[in-house]
Amino acid sequence: MIELENVAYSYGGGELLSEISLKLSPGSFHFLTGPSGAGKTTFMKLCYGALLPTAGHVRLFDRDVRQMDRDEVALNRRRIGVVHQDCQFLDHLPIAENIALPLNVSGRDNIDELANLKELMAWVGLKSRAEALPPELSGGERQRAALARAVIMSPDVILADEPTGNIDWEMSQRLLRLLVELNRMGKTIMVATHDMNLIRAAKGQVQARVLRIANRRVQLAGADL
Amino acid sequence: MSVLKGFTTLFVPDAQADRVVPPTGFTATLTTFSAIAMGFLAVFALALTLASGRLADRWSNELARSSTLRISAPEEQMQAQITAALRVLETTPGVESARALSEEEQKALLEPFFGPDLPIEELPIPQLIEINETDQGYDSTGLRLRLAAEVPGAVLDDHTRWRKPLVEAATRIRILGWAAFVLIGGAMAAMITLAAHAALSANTQVITVLRLVGARDSYIAGAFVRRFTYRGFTGAGIGAGLGALAVWLLPEAQAAGGFLTGLGFQGLHWLWPLGIPLLGGLVAFAATRAAAKRKLKELP
Repeated sequence: MIELENVAYSYGGGELLSEISLKLSPGSFHFLTGPSGAGKTTFMKLCYGALLPTAGHVRLFDRDVRQMDRDEVALNRRRIGVVHQDCQFLDHLPIAENIALPLNVSGRDNIDELANLKELMAWVGLKSRAEALPPELSGGERQRAALARAVIMSPDVILADEPTGNIDWEMSQRLLRLLVELNRMGKTIMVATHDMNLIRAAKGQVQARVLRIANRRVQLAGADL
Repeated sequence: MSVLKGFTTLFVPDAQADRVVPPTGFTATLTTFSAIAMGFLAVFALALTLASGRLADRWSNELARSSTLRISAPEEQMQAQITAALRVLETTPGVESARALSEEEQKALLEPFFGPDLPIEELPIPQLIEINETDQGYDSTGLRLRLAAEVPGAVLDDHTRWRKPLVEAATRIRILGWAAFVLIGGAMAAMITLAAHAALSANTQVITVLRLVGARDSYIAGAFVRRFTYRGFTGAGIGAGLGALAVWLLPEAQAAGGFLTGLGFQGLHWLWPLGIPLLGGLVAFAATRAAAKRKLKELP
């Protein structure tokens, strides 16, 4: 699905990531940890084609990102749901329209799909907030809305970058349960977080591999969960 | 072909896609105002161009069919030469009619220069003969040769000397009118490019979000292009409507008013301003499309 082979990424003259090789196989669950500034967000961006590696190869669904034009990158992003720490919404549109945005840009905003939207909003507990604008939502609600938007196209992979960074512990647990549920449905999940409590909380709920970015490289952080 | 396809897709409504770009009141107002002003000016440039075209044609046709014969001779030979000249002209193919101007007519011609009290009968003024030609016209070289042989004091003036600069001036005004029309289009394109660029820069976050959820660049550009094309089309339409109304309210064409009162549309020429909104939309489409393409290429 997503494969990185000897990937390096440099920015501003310095190497941020180096010699990274990793393969996300279908249905797997990965945690990626590391201190702030270690390169977690850069790593995630490489995984969905938002950045191009300065060395090595990134393959999305068996296609090297370097060989893709912008249209192909866009089409591949529809198969990869992304949740950002700052969520990134269109603040002038109600949250329901924000969640449905991937359907709209891909021309799938038909009645059946929009019926799924209602189910999805109920699943993330935002049914009653459909008409609220993003700035009117709490941090937890925004994260759940971002997750709903990430999964509305039924993507093969979900990448969540610090999804619990701005929310309380209870809401973090709730979000984790949603991610675990998606993994049980066969989705490939990768969660970048510096919150070790979240990783401990996942123990017993899901079989996950914990990776750590240290010294510009990705390595296994102890035993799998 | 892709440009044509892009332009035709503008008429396929996509309300949701258009909503992804937040409304920008100030830019929208400025763009529409510019389009109104340009539409208004374009109507006047068009009116000037068409009017000067008509004038050039009229001068060209009217003056091409008349000429003057001037006879300078001693008083005792004058009448004989006039008679001989009229005889020559009557037998010249292409001459419809010819007549000697009366003393009063000659006086009236000189009055603007010398005043009403000119004692024309005491001055050695040449006699003028007005010649009207048929549609085919006459052979001026042949006529000059015949006149030189039979009427030695006659000089033929077929108006070419002073008709040419007039027609040239009218033709140049027509070219200047078209140039003004093109410049108005260029200025509108420049203004819309700036406005579109500003709108794209102000919405970088929107573009980032749209790309994050898998939007193609054509979808993102389309949302901006549709909006600016609509503004260009409606603005130019309003401006052209106001311009046409202003032209319609101009005084009617009268011979005494000269060129200025003829500065309007006549007959089917009134249909020309209908093309201005379409042209405004097309200019806005091309300008925004180019700006969007450039901006999206710049963004990572």
